Amino acid sequence: MISIIDYGAGNIGSIVNMIRRLGGTSKIVSSPDEILGADKLILPGVGHFDHGMKMLSDNNLVEAVKAYVQQKERPLLGICLGAQLLTQRSEEGTMPGFGFFDAEVLHFSKLPNEENIRIPHMGWNTIQFENETELLKNLPENPRFYFVHSYYMHSNQPSDVLCTAAYKTPFAAGLHKDNIWAVQFHPEKSHKFGMRLFQNFLEL
Amino acid sequence: MLAKRIIPCLDIQNGRTVKGIRFEGLRDAGDPVDLAQHYALEGADELVFLDITATHEQRDTLIQLVQEVASVLDIPFTVGGGIRQVSDFKTLLRAGADKISVNSAAFNRPALIREAADAFGSQCVITAIDAKWTGERWEVYLNGGRQATGRELYDWASEAVSQGAGEILLTSMDADGTRDGFDISMTRLLSQNLPVPVIASGGAGSIADFADVFTLAKADAALAASVFHFGEITIPTLKNALRAQSIPIR
Repeated sequence: MISIIDYGAGNIGSIVNMIRRLGGTSKIVSSPDEILGADKLILPGVGHFDHGMKMLSDNNLVEAVKAYVQQKERPLLGICLGAQLLTQRSEEGTMPGFGFFDAEVLHFSKLPNEENIRIPHMGWNTIQFENETELLKNLPENPRFYFVHSYYMHSNQPSDVLCTAAYKTPFAAGLHKDNIWAVQFHPEKSHKFGMRLFQNFLEL
Repeated sequence: MLAKRIIPCLDIQNGRTVKGIRFEGLRDAGDPVDLAQHYALEGADELVFLDITATHEQRDTLIQLVQEVASVLDIPFTVGGGIRQVSDFKTLLRAGADKISVNSAAFNRPALIREAADAFGSQCVITAIDAKWTGERWEVYLNGGRQATGRELYDWASEAVSQGAGEILLTSMDADGTRDGFDISMTRLLSQNLPVPVIASGGAGSIADFADVFTLAKADAALAASVFHFGEITIPTLKNALRAQSIPIR
């Protein structure tokens, strides 16, 4: 049973649908008790960094997620904004993130832009594997996933970086440490490779 | 490298696809849900559903359809047509759409773009623009090309972006339906000057047209309807041909 956190930031229906198509079961959770009792947890999300943190904090979910993670056994997967929230901070806002990863979130617009590259980074981009992980097993080399984001994750710990993608600059498309995984792209919108990722998550 | 996107567009009326669609092996070619799955399997990068329904009662059918599509589709999809207020965005996003395309209502009240972007993020706010060459410049048209606005294309497009549009869906009224190719100059005007992705629409007739709109017009995505619906170009054939020309394709 996968528990998906509903904190009012983003569309979780497509994650529910993909897990169902894989024969898995999921439920939508929004209370600290449900989070603490979860077997597997997904933190989804789109939108503004501070809005996301504030919604989690207003619902008393920040401490619950931290307590869940501290048990080290059960996995947490952050997706898109849900991935970024697991880092220390973001240029998008002023609130601190969970700080599970020694990483920060930066804006694409602060990079030099000689090629008139558009923001958001939107569409199907390839990822490059950096470190071995169960979450990305049984995928071909450089698979394409669907991205939509204006801010990107920069990790200070190369060993945490599962995979990178490049858009103006190489950035961390996936992070992993202990029982915590984070992906910048949207596996729930990434057709068969996204389905494979969720299959791997179900098997963790 | 970020791939150029191929986007089939389905016209929806009262919950059904309306343009004649010929596919072998489809149980019901008028069923948007079946078609959506068909295109996703063929390798479509996204889908656009354009609701051409006029009445309020039929909007409920659209919402139901969006829910059904969302439950089977695992690629991003956009819903457009008749979007007037922020609550329309909310309803359709809740039903499972990933992006919402807004046209006339945004032109008439640009703050709608800002309000929707603030509430749901720019990534899900597409501004659709229909434009026509006047002999001197490209002019924005509303209501499916029936109503001239007197406003120059780039002027409106850049305002839409400054209001928070995350993407522009640009349709050439001159090219639409001709199958003579996309309007390269018009698409270039926006793709070279706007900081957001541009989806080119109108005029697709051949594989070369798609190659041109990506390489010459620098579009980020190309949208087409009839060439796909009539099976004249299949998405796998198109993608293989583009790949052979070193165009980045998923």
